[in-house]
Amino acid sequence: MRVVIVGAGQVGSSIAADLADVHEVVIIDSDAELVEDLNYSHDVLAIAGDGTAVSTLEEAGIDDAGMVIASTDDDETNIVVCSTAKAISDAFTIARVKNTEYLRTWQRSKKAFGIDFMVCTNLLAAESIVRIIGLPAARDVDPFAGGQVQMAEFEVAENSPVSNVTIREADRFEALTFAAILRNGTVEIPRGETVIQPNDRVVVIGTPKSVQEFARSVAPDESPGTAEEVVIVGGSEVGYHVARLLEERGFRPRLIERDPERARRLAEELPGTVVMESDATDMEFLEREHVGDADLVVAALESDEKNLLVSLLAARLGVERTVAVIDTTDYVDLFEAVGVDVGVSPREVVAEEITRFTREGGAENVALIESDKAEVLEIEVDDASVLAGREIRESIKRLPDGVVVGAITRNREFITPRGDTVVEAGDHVVLFVDAAVVNEVTPRL
Amino acid sequence: MKLRVDYRASLSLVGTVLKYLTVPLCFPLLVALYYGETVVPFVVTMLLTVALGAGLERLDPDPDIRAREGFLMVALTWLTVAVVGAVPYLVEAHGIPPVVAAVRPASTLGNPANALFESMSGFTTTGATVLGEISFDAHTRGIMMWRQLTQWLGGMGIVVLAVAILPELSVGGAQLMDAEAPGPGIEKLSPRIAETARALWGAYLGFTVLEATLLYGLFLLGIDDGMTLYNAVAHALTTMPTGGFSPEARSIEAFSAAAQWIIIPFMIAAGTNFALFWHALTGNPRRIFGDTEFRSYVGVMAVLTAILSMLLFAGAGFVSAAPSGETFDAAYLAEFSNLVAGQVEPAVRQALFQVVSIVTTTGYASMDFNAWSPAAKYVLLFAMFIGGSAGSTGGSVKVVRWYVILKSIRRELFTTGHPEAVRPVRLAGRALDERAIRGIYAFTLLYLVIFFVASGLLFLDSVRYGQTFTVLETMSAVAATLGNVGPGFGVVGPMGSYITFSNAGKLFMVALMWIGRLEILPVLVLLTPEYWRR
Repeated sequence: MRVVIVGAGQVGSSIAADLADVHEVVIIDSDAELVEDLNYSHDVLAIAGDGTAVSTLEEAGIDDAGMVIASTDDDETNIVVCSTAKAISDAFTIARVKNTEYLRTWQRSKKAFGIDFMVCTNLLAAESIVRIIGLPAARDVDPFAGGQVQMAEFEVAENSPVSNVTIREADRFEALTFAAILRNGTVEIPRGETVIQPNDRVVVIGTPKSVQEFARSVAPDESPGTAEEVVIVGGSEVGYHVARLLEERGFRPRLIERDPERARRLAEELPGTVVMESDATDMEFLEREHVGDADLVVAALESDEKNLLVSLLAARLGVERTVAVIDTTDYVDLFEAVGVDVGVSPREVVAEEITRFTREGGAENVALIESDKAEVLEIEVDDASVLAGREIRESIKRLPDGVVVGAITRNREFITPRGDTVVEAGDHVVLFVDAAVVNEVTPRL
Repeated sequence: MKLRVDYRASLSLVGTVLKYLTVPLCFPLLVALYYGETVVPFVVTMLLTVALGAGLERLDPDPDIRAREGFLMVALTWLTVAVVGAVPYLVEAHGIPPVVAAVRPASTLGNPANALFESMSGFTTTGATVLGEISFDAHTRGIMMWRQLTQWLGGMGIVVLAVAILPELSVGGAQLMDAEAPGPGIEKLSPRIAETARALWGAYLGFTVLEATLLYGLFLLGIDDGMTLYNAVAHALTTMPTGGFSPEARSIEAFSAAAQWIIIPFMIAAGTNFALFWHALTGNPRRIFGDTEFRSYVGVMAVLTAILSMLLFAGAGFVSAAPSGETFDAAYLAEFSNLVAGQVEPAVRQALFQVVSIVTTTGYASMDFNAWSPAAKYVLLFAMFIGGSAGSTGGSVKVVRWYVILKSIRRELFTTGHPEAVRPVRLAGRALDERAIRGIYAFTLLYLVIFFVASGLLFLDSVRYGQTFTVLETMSAVAATLGNVGPGFGVVGPMGSYITFSNAGKLFMVALMWIGRLEILPVLVLLTPEYWRR
């Protein structure tokens, strides 16, 4: 499939890099130097020009394109790109926006702007942060099958009750599947006798209730939902949405923003949040406001470095858990190694959403594990699928190693997958797939 | 010095409004004709308004109103209308020597200061009176109806009415309405300001007609013999504007409990933001009860009523003996304290009626509250400073201002502990602009400063004039005129009169009523040199 990406910023180029292996990618940007670089660094065709101009889009081969992704930094430009593309071709159009008003308009009428799918980067990142806040020790949480299934990734601390315990002993939950263990950067599919070691990252798939229970057994000190004191540092759009979503869940977060005007705007829009106008690196202020007593600090400043600094400062003051927004996906591992408890990359979150549409076979939902090590997919099983009409034990044998069936929903009912469970056409199946075999597996599902 | 305000344009529009004042003058004229009384006072005034109006209009045939001209126009309109409105009273007392003989030579309104006081008190919907004897012997029915009608005209606002019916005011209309309408800022209900003005006046007229019908219904059903058609109309005309004039000397006390119960909800409605009724009629009735100001307004009345009913029920709400020189005597006190104390319905009704009447700044009385104890009177004095809602016909400070002030004080308390906290003051969930809050503080402070300074001046004047008013009496007189309430305590009580003040004192209170009705700032701004220059 030919994919035209307009806007070669961080998000645009990382999507391009992801897709280039399988698809034919054309990327358009107005910055000629950037275009030049891309032509050499990636196996894509980069064109310098205005993505809203029909001539540029035609030069990019819009006629044969299966998908257009508008990912510039300007919302209006992205919307115009999609409208233009829709007017002159049949491509599936995806627009990235920052302003949630546009998202609301689009949700009201899915035909709005000629956009087939709209992603709001900041909102997605905020949603993913709020999900993590709700689950102790979790590093990543994603909902599947309309919220009936949850995938979560936990880091097992040394003093955790599940550390140095076999999977068989740890698995005391009816509706939970241990999908994978990530150890030293490699993916391992666990067996009953596999021992969970300290600093392992465990990926589980199950009902939200069982995931919550497992979280409690991973970190019994932090009971879920008691992260009452949340401090958000930085009134960026992500920070704003985190505060708003927490308000909706009944929290009363505190938000620290340095710019007086921005602080005032946020205070006006967030009636349930205490907005404070200060520099978050001012130790005297942090101590006076007892920020160290907070259960959780979200660092959502505009720069990655500042978020790192704030997270480390908060940890030193005694904050239990720190979550940092990290724009540069490559830094996530590094920051987590230094002491940030959870790093959330807005780009990765967006990439997850967009990857859904580029998968052959059409996954309903995709979550990326550790940005590229593995994927959790939700698919609707049709008759042609290797899973249909077979026991799971059978179909797994026909697939390469590195595939785990995590959960099944049938007619909105949750089914715990066992070896002898027979998958029927129409079921929604959530699978864990090792990145190494993704391209091989997905067409057969 | 060159004036930068186009006063000719303002005066010309004042002339236009004046000219149209002839139309409402027809109503008392018809009443006079019906009762076979002289129509001279009204005919003279009509000729005068047309002549004066047409004369002023010639100053600028094509007036162009901007913000500054708007303030001048509104302030002058109210002053001129009050002056012209005094003419029927003067003509009634003096006739037109040597052509027409005086109709009621003994009328207290023969004194021009008294006539102007009564007229200003009417248009500003204050309800303070200088009529010596309130009866149809002392004044004709036509004049008494004119007195009622001045309040009805002033209630929703003369300028608002002018905007509603005069197409030439459509452009600067919002500016004019803003200067006149009670409360901070106006709410445009429709894209065209004239339509908004018409909607407000429509709701106002509708309530007036409904009240008159209900009151007259009491008469027809034989429940209240006193509520004749004349009285039903006269009281409907002064309830909806929160006026308080009554052609009965004993105010609403003269009527049955049923009539009092009917009047209470109409007073409450009059003190409500009329925009809410418009929303209710256009299919959003819930909006009334969800409105923050309405809830606070009803809440504060409920609390005050509860306190007062308990005082009255327990008997602690009455003075132990009638002091000499009061507007009531020992027999009255004995009768009323027996009727009210220990009786649930009368205690609640008297408390509710007085609280609603004072909070909405109507100024009716269902009994002489001079007979109440200092504790009960204090509740009423407190209520005089609350006022109705913004966008209502009520006067005084207004509930919404107090609400904003209390919320911003709460914010101050919070930010004292957390200096970095940024906390906007919210009204119905929406953050208020800091400038609006500052404006509210400025108004309220100015209101209180004027109240205290004016009380002192009025007290000094009474000493000069050789009177023995108490401080409470002069303070209540100022609170009642500045807040457009009407009755105060002591001599100026609900059954009393402002007639004993000196002419200077009366004219001073005329000024207080004037600035009180226009909410001070639009008038005071005219006194600053910067307004006239640059």
